[in-house]
Amino acid sequence: MTAPGSAHLTVPVGERDHIQGPAGAPVTLVEYGDFECPYCGQAYPIVKALQERLGDRLRFVFRNFPLNNAHPHAEHAAEAAETAAAQDRYWEMHDRLYEHQRALDDAHLERYAADVGLDVERFNREMEAGAHRARVREDFLSGVRSGVNGTPTFFINGVRHDDSYAFEVLLAALERAAAGERHVPSGAAPERTAGPGAD
Amino acid sequence: MDSFSAPHGTLSGPPGPDAPAGTTGPDGPATPLPAGTPAPDFSLHSTPDQLLSLRELRGRPVILAFYPADWSPVCGDQMALYQEILPEFRRYGATLVGISVDGVWCHLAFARDRKLQFPLLADFEPKGAVSRRYGAFQPGPGESARALFVIDSGGVIRWSYLSPVGVNPGADGILTALDALQSQEGTS
Repeated sequence: MTAPGSAHLTVPVGERDHIQGPAGAPVTLVEYGDFECPYCGQAYPIVKALQERLGDRLRFVFRNFPLNNAHPHAEHAAEAAETAAAQDRYWEMHDRLYEHQRALDDAHLERYAADVGLDVERFNREMEAGAHRARVREDFLSGVRSGVNGTPTFFINGVRHDDSYAFEVLLAALERAAAGERHVPSGAAPERTAGPGAD
Repeated sequence: MDSFSAPHGTLSGPPGPDAPAGTTGPDGPATPLPAGTPAPDFSLHSTPDQLLSLRELRGRPVILAFYPADWSPVCGDQMALYQEILPEFRRYGATLVGISVDGVWCHLAFARDRKLQFPLLADFEPKGAVSRRYGAFQPGPGESARALFVIDSGGVIRWSYLSPVGVNPGADGILTALDALQSQEGTS
């Protein structure tokens, strides 16, 4: 039996992804997240702080993992972000959604679309048609295949991060990865201390 | 929900007075029945007046997800995740069944609260009997272990996995096992 700590990203970072940071960065952090998940909301400023600290040494990728059962607005929020991406405003929308996690109903999504400068008519058309639903599901399934078991789940250079997502813990793991050390969980699979498994 | 607490004890609790001689050792961790073993049949309540037997599910793959307890954070999250993945399991024609030692009324309330659309079986009386037969029982806390089984259409276990009790095992292992099953059954 493989330890859960050995889960790997099955779909490598590629052109379809939403990426911040240089392609040649020594460390890539991939987050599978849900815009309505409060733990992802906690992780949002942590990732920002990590980006600030590591600068060009860090490449950050966000993929959708909406848990619709628990979060009724998560799917539409994810589609809204993808709709913004079609108009080159992905990260503006991503940030706006995390900064307004408690107001993600359709009326608010439309307002955020206007706020970040989208063509709102096109936004509404694509949202109504579910134009980006398949993309969101693709992200979700790639996460499931990679061992995502809740949100947020992070991968560092392709290996699932099975520890807390507290700033210091993530920073240390990213620094290790950037220095070329492989992320090897010691002994048996660690229990998560502030892990994403519990939302 | 609190993500910081470890809701359950360790796998290697003190030996229970009636620890089975089979797959769960007297003081060792639960050892799930391995691939290649015929899946022991069982009949357990899925609702107060309905029993579900494993043999009724013959002819299609079956996923058994043993878990320690309704309502505890990790379990709830694991079952909610499986609910999201249900359409994917169904693409393989597979039936998903959750099993814990909780009673049937507890299961009903839990399933309703989490909007789960797959059966939760009550391994309630005699407590944990089916979990023990699968090597998926923790004598210490007296709960099912967090163990997964994929059973083929002929009733043979093709994959099993024991997760650390505080860790949601996700579904990648299940899907990989279903992939293997599909390619084997497709070519045989």
